[in-house]
Amino acid sequence: MADIRNTFIGIKSPNPFWLASAPPTDKAYNVERAFKAGWGGVVWKTLGEEGPPVVNVNGPRYGAIWGADRRLLGLNNIELITDRDLQTNLREMKQVKMNWPDRALIASIMVPCVEESWKAILPLVEETGADGIELNFGCPHGMSERGMGSAVGQVPEYIEMVVRWCKQYTRMPVITKLTPNITDIRKPARAAYAGGTDAVSLINTINSITGVDLDSFAPQPTIDGKGSHGGYCGPAVKPIAMNMVAEIARDPETRDLPISGIGGITTWRDAAEFMALGAGNVQVCTAAMTYGFKIVQEMIAGLENWMDEKGHASLSDIIGRATPNVTDWQYLNLNYVAKAHIDQDACIKCGRCHIACEDTSHQAITSMVDGVRHFEVIEAECVGCNLCVNVCPVEGCITMQPLAAGVLDQRTGLPVSPVYANWTTHPNNPMAKVAAE
Amino acid sequence: MATGHFIEGIAGGRLSSEQYADNFSDLHPPLDHHEALVESDRCYFCYDAPCMNACPTSIDIPLFIRQIATGNPLGSAKTIFDQNILGGMCARVCPTETLCEEACVREVAEGKPVQIGRLQRYATDVAMGEGKQFYKRAEPTGKSIAVVGAGPAGLAAAHRLARHGHDVTILEARPKAGGLNEYGIAAYKSVDDFAQAEVDYVTAIGGIDIQNGKALGRDFQLADLIRNYDAVFLGLGLGGVNALRADGENADGVANAVEFISELRQASDLSSLPVGRRVVVIGGGMTAIDAAVQSKLLGAEEVTICYRRGQEHMNASEFEQDLAAANGVTIRHWLQPKRVIAENGKVSAIELEYTAMSGDRLIGTGETLRLNADQVFKAIGQSFVPAHLNGSAEQIELEGGRIKVDAEGRTSLSKVWAGGDCIFGGDDLTVSAVAQGRDAAESIHRALTSNGRA
Repeated sequence: MADIRNTFIGIKSPNPFWLASAPPTDKAYNVERAFKAGWGGVVWKTLGEEGPPVVNVNGPRYGAIWGADRRLLGLNNIELITDRDLQTNLREMKQVKMNWPDRALIASIMVPCVEESWKAILPLVEETGADGIELNFGCPHGMSERGMGSAVGQVPEYIEMVVRWCKQYTRMPVITKLTPNITDIRKPARAAYAGGTDAVSLINTINSITGVDLDSFAPQPTIDGKGSHGGYCGPAVKPIAMNMVAEIARDPETRDLPISGIGGITTWRDAAEFMALGAGNVQVCTAAMTYGFKIVQEMIAGLENWMDEKGHASLSDIIGRATPNVTDWQYLNLNYVAKAHIDQDACIKCGRCHIACEDTSHQAITSMVDGVRHFEVIEAECVGCNLCVNVCPVEGCITMQPLAAGVLDQRTGLPVSPVYANWTTHPNNPMAKVAAE
Repeated sequence: MATGHFIEGIAGGRLSSEQYADNFSDLHPPLDHHEALVESDRCYFCYDAPCMNACPTSIDIPLFIRQIATGNPLGSAKTIFDQNILGGMCARVCPTETLCEEACVREVAEGKPVQIGRLQRYATDVAMGEGKQFYKRAEPTGKSIAVVGAGPAGLAAAHRLARHGHDVTILEARPKAGGLNEYGIAAYKSVDDFAQAEVDYVTAIGGIDIQNGKALGRDFQLADLIRNYDAVFLGLGLGGVNALRADGENADGVANAVEFISELRQASDLSSLPVGRRVVVIGGGMTAIDAAVQSKLLGAEEVTICYRRGQEHMNASEFEQDLAAANGVTIRHWLQPKRVIAENGKVSAIELEYTAMSGDRLIGTGETLRLNADQVFKAIGQSFVPAHLNGSAEQIELEGGRIKVDAEGRTSLSKVWAGGDCIFGGDDLTVSAVAQGRDAAESIHRALTSNGRA
């Protein structure tokens, strides 16, 4: 049986599934329920400074987009950090940690970008027995207007500065949570690293408007006729998050920086993908908000089952396994040739592959053969783009099949070369590196 | 005294009024908004969609379903009505399981097609509920066209002709318009007087004058129409009912299934409608099923359909056969009627002969079976009665006993078009009649306006 116990920057949890700092982790009641359901750890919803807590809007806080059958694909929120009193949160955190000593409990913190503010809150948090802290440099709405959250995360120098303070004033491990609302995720990651962070976590939510009310012409979620951009999360952001995780994992400057992966993780498979790209564990929010805490049971069982099937004994066998395979476009093998193949037994003849290829791609799929509705790849036209695979409603019906070296590529009329060759040496590349004469 | 199922002979009042109401409620209740959205999400928006090609009226099904899914049911209804102005009734009565839904790729994939018929009903119900009219009449052309028969073919032709600016007079023999939509079809497929509501919706475009109680050959002659109108469309339907060719079929208690269904549709009080305790229906098509199921629903104790060939030869779809079975109707195959046995002039039993295939010929085996019955329905097909057509005008050319038409619905007479069940090659479906009426109207329009230009 695969061992999915997780140790992340020294913090132990029975599995790599943590709940991210968000509405589900705002108070003891929810966190107790989460631990009962099986979550390995929790990042408590972000604490603010001592004093009157922040206030939230009293209208809708969430907006969403949906796929077929109204499956929630993307959620956005304009909720701020905890609107409960700091002492109440600290008291509850301490109690929960005592009740659940084997689970990870991390405190997310967001206070003004002033040394005294951080210096003041850190001992209070430390006193709860929390396993670590997460610096919320990510929230893109509300708090950022007050110079916190993503306003800090967008300035690498500030990140480095605050991380240094935290490392100076607490013995607790520090996780720096990054905002994706920047152009190059490596810059804030490097800054956090330079400041001495123990890990980064990402992504926080993405600036977004999920919809517009076409009667009132107001963005959604709408508060009394107005809307503000919210933070976007859920399955829709997973690809963006995974790229950012991979960028940090393969950056020579941060390649040994531990990463807690966040962004649309909904199933064990999503979690395994994040870990393969270099995340040491994962954090989940939207999936729990959509389906409840029980989903972790599917994640645990699914991950174990897959690892058993593949012979991976522990998480260290999978973490970062895909990182070396993430590269730049210019290094992709241009001599690799694949062609789409349609399994006629699996085909239900919807014709979507044909029309996608015919209207928008390379006219490489038939619709009619000998007067009969029939969808078949015309190899001489197929560039191997994979669009047909992506639009086919039947999983596994269309597959991309590589041509073996030496086989004739009917499109080019040339045999497939066995040699790896990329753009850097391609004759069409004016910048091609030519061997010295 | 025996009551309910057990009343001997042909009698009404076998059930309580609640049972009647329940038995004759909507067979496929309408989808609500949520159900329609869930179902419409299942459509794959296929290319050159098989469902669309399976529809005799070629409704753009993927498009109308996508319009439902995107919150545009009115646009969806227009997509349907563009091809089939009787889309509301077709949504209720089409054997979708052998047309669009059989072709649905999700039938191939999962054995569970998208419920196209019910989605079509959803969209058309929205539009008709709002009284939304999508079409305006073109400028008047000054041409007038006579349509004989206010059934699906006639109504579809009339609507299309009216749209093109022609004036249409529909001559209908029966007291109400609608044809088989009004007088045929099982009651539970068209509840709440939908047929009449649809006639009103179709004729609301204007320019269509329906004259009821006007029968061809009795109240007017084809020659008059040819003389007085610019064109004539014949949507006569089938007037005759095939005989059993069994001895004693004139006995009391032997009736036409078509008439029984018609009476049932027109009955204001179902308990007044008499039905036998033991009913035998002879036939294997939709009419046989409709008559048998409704007999059962009226409280008959035993209902048996006897069909002279095998299950796979029945014209009634598998769905219809299952519906009959689910309602407690017994379907027996390879039996043909031989002799109706009467007591005191009333049916008491029917003697049937087992059949078998001998090569490709159906033969009686000589072995017989006797089923007790106090009512026997004939549902072995209807036939076209050409008598009313001919005599007053040139002979109209027939083929296979029905009117011969070309691909556009033109008959052998120059100003006369025809469509629906009365033409040769029809498949006796409402939806096909609509397609033929519509296409004949376009052909008439082209003929009267030099290629469609007024």
